[in-house]
Amino acid sequence: MHSNRYCNRIIVLPFSVLLEIRVKPDNSGVVTDGVKHSMNPFCEIAVEEAVKLKEKKLIKEVVAVSCGPQQSQETIRTALAMGADRGIHVEVAGKDYETLGPLQVSKIMAALAKKEDAQLIILGKQAIDDDCNQTGQMTAALLDWPQGTFASEVSLDGDKVKVVREIDGGLETIKISTPAVLTADLRLNTPRYATLPNIMKAKKKKIANVKPADLGVDLTSRLEVLKVEEPPQRQAGVKVETVEDLVGKLKETGRI
Amino acid sequence: MFPASRYSCQAHRCIRALKTVPTEHTAPQLYTTLHRRTCSSLSTPRITTHYTIHPRDKDPRWEGVEMERFADEADVVIVGGGPAGLSAAIRLKQLANEHEKELRVCLVEKASQIGAHTLSGACLEPSAINELFPDWKERGAPLHTPVTEDVFSILTEKHRIPVPMLPGLPMQNHGNYIVRLGNFVRWLGEQAEELGVELYPGYAAAEVLFHEDGSVKGIATNDVGIAKDGSPKDVFERGMELHAKVTMFGEGCHGHLAKQLYKKFNLRENCEPQTYAIGLKEVWMIDEKKWRPGRVEHSVGWPLNRHTYGGSFLYHLNEGEPLVALGFVVGLDYSNPYLSPFREFQRWKHHPFVAPTLEGGNRIAYGARALNEGGIQSLPKLTFPGGLLIGCSPGFMNVPKIKGTHTAMKSGMLAAEAIFPKVTAESLDSETAGLHVPEYAEALKNSWVWKELYAVRNIRPSFHNYFGLYGGMVYTGIFYWILRGKEPWTLKHCGLDANQLKPAKDCTPIDYPKPDGKISFDLLSSVALSGTNHEGDQPAHLTLKDDSVPVARNLAIYDGPEQRFCPAGVYEYVPLETGDGMRLQINAQNCVHCKTCDIKDPSQNINWVVPEGGGGPAYNGM
Repeated sequence: MHSNRYCNRIIVLPFSVLLEIRVKPDNSGVVTDGVKHSMNPFCEIAVEEAVKLKEKKLIKEVVAVSCGPQQSQETIRTALAMGADRGIHVEVAGKDYETLGPLQVSKIMAALAKKEDAQLIILGKQAIDDDCNQTGQMTAALLDWPQGTFASEVSLDGDKVKVVREIDGGLETIKISTPAVLTADLRLNTPRYATLPNIMKAKKKKIANVKPADLGVDLTSRLEVLKVEEPPQRQAGVKVETVEDLVGKLKETGRI
Repeated sequence: MFPASRYSCQAHRCIRALKTVPTEHTAPQLYTTLHRRTCSSLSTPRITTHYTIHPRDKDPRWEGVEMERFADEADVVIVGGGPAGLSAAIRLKQLANEHEKELRVCLVEKASQIGAHTLSGACLEPSAINELFPDWKERGAPLHTPVTEDVFSILTEKHRIPVPMLPGLPMQNHGNYIVRLGNFVRWLGEQAEELGVELYPGYAAAEVLFHEDGSVKGIATNDVGIAKDGSPKDVFERGMELHAKVTMFGEGCHGHLAKQLYKKFNLRENCEPQTYAIGLKEVWMIDEKKWRPGRVEHSVGWPLNRHTYGGSFLYHLNEGEPLVALGFVVGLDYSNPYLSPFREFQRWKHHPFVAPTLEGGNRIAYGARALNEGGIQSLPKLTFPGGLLIGCSPGFMNVPKIKGTHTAMKSGMLAAEAIFPKVTAESLDSETAGLHVPEYAEALKNSWVWKELYAVRNIRPSFHNYFGLYGGMVYTGIFYWILRGKEPWTLKHCGLDANQLKPAKDCTPIDYPKPDGKISFDLLSSVALSGTNHEGDQPAHLTLKDDSVPVARNLAIYDGPEQRFCPAGVYEYVPLETGDGMRLQINAQNCVHCKTCDIKDPSQNINWVVPEGGGGPAYNGM
């Protein structure tokens, strides 16, 4: 039986990213101890879109999910303060967290989507710490759902979703059926601030704790990190006075 | 832009200048320059757009914008999540649990995480933490490095004169711990949360609220969503009001709300003006062979001359990695406008006694913060109806010991103990709607904080003599080490730091060496390491009372000292796009919230206000 409001539940996946990092002395990774965690900017846009859809009364409930250690709860709280209804914290800590990548997260999301009977999954297009841009696409594949990625405009139309996508050549408009996976791009919206009264109210909203094992998800990584290096130091530029000097310098460094 | 309102703002400023100049400005030439500038030229480009300088109720862009604020009640509100604020919160909750009373304690902190704006050397004296948490070791407090070696030197350009660290000298560190204060503050935050304190990092207290009877009602957090030009954005949201029976202000050195409270309640009428220093700090990962965990090094002398107060510190941490925390402090009562504290710090690192430790190492952090040097002479009245001041905000730093954390914590604890019976009393026995707690000031006077600060009160002012640094050291040797500060007189400071600068034409520029990129570095790469960031589209939080004063006065008379004393490159004098002349460019996004500009601006024209919460440096264990 269909009702006008077809879409009942959206799951958003706000990810926390590390800011101001430095490489570990043994080049095995980056230092995470005490580093500031913050919600991934594209995920903020995703949460904002979900909350907007709820405010337009097109969907009933927004669930925010985050995978990670204790600090992920902060990210979920911010999503709750922005307007999500409840949160799910998938506890992944220690070694498992270091190797947690898009494949593992999408397996978790697929399992949760089935469990929660979600109609839409919205994620940020990529995380700004690892720049993978894979989780959304993998989740859609695992669920065998259509995907609308790099969304700069989303509108619900009955049981279909119209998505305007940002592509290299311009904009592409597609219509996909729900249930579906969307990933948010920069121009989708401007996220609202999580104001203090909303943070206080969010403390009363529920965050459920779940372990990946409960969802039947295997977290072993198929990737092995060989080395992490800082980018090479930028060399100072040299100012030249004349074109002859420029040509001379280019010849000197073997560029021409 | 709205030319009509801009014009009338200029006219208003002109009239204001005519009316207020005789009382506010002491230098007669300022009046004429200001008068001529504001009335004759409209060519000063508009720099300040903040609503504290250009009120929104007269601004047509704000017509019809909803300005109602959501309000909530707590028993106690604490402004600032540093050692003082957190110790006060913890003590309040400890007392509440002991006496089985309900107490709502809310703490707001402008940093996005507790500890992210904390910066200090630091050698922690454990006296206060021993009182607050006798079981701090079991609780996992990050005091991992007991001091094992204590070295003090007087540096000359190429050499070092060792000074014996005799027991009893103020900077002797036996029994103390080298800590990363940011991590310690973060741990205090975790303890506070466990006890039930409501911590709200990322929300800055922007405004003090008052009851009708003039007592403090609480604070309001910052508004968000104001564009750089001062107009409201789509995402504009008002801050929230937090009301309390008592509000504790622990904003750290030179807090911006404290500045307003001093004026409103006349808290400084019987004390000397506060005098400050700027501390710059770096953390380095050094070669393991050079690492001597527990070693504390302090120096005075080179590169500063004997009339400029300051010195260095270098501490070897013992937390698993070969880390050293090092830094340089310069008294802000210096007189040469060409002095750059940042560059003094960078060149000090090249001294033959210091450079070998850093060779082969890697710099991983940088930051800066102003600190108090006034001691007891500069302590304002601490309490007023509805609130009180704790920590470095009024200023309990023991200058010769260069330690202020233990006294800040103790002041927070004493304040909590004084407030507790009053806020949990059955009937609020008070003349004013906001509670006045003068018992706090009494308790402080009877505590070890006062004894300690009294004993060292004359050391810092003793530097103001012909022999400068050396006179001060002799004074310390005789009157502190031998006589324990019992002399019957109390020396005075020199007045406001901002008034100590000599005009540029009377001073010689200092020829600083270029940074070599291995031991010394340039300003911009250092600022990048502080991790500082602010939402770009907001009004600059470094507000100028008068946009024309920087070029007319600071640049003309003092050659723009703000370009040199700001440790983050916020202030730049750049040529005007058209025509001759310069203008001041404020790169507010670089600000590391050190407060030096508000302190040292010779025209006292810069007013630091709080930016959108969450902005500022991202220190990790500084």
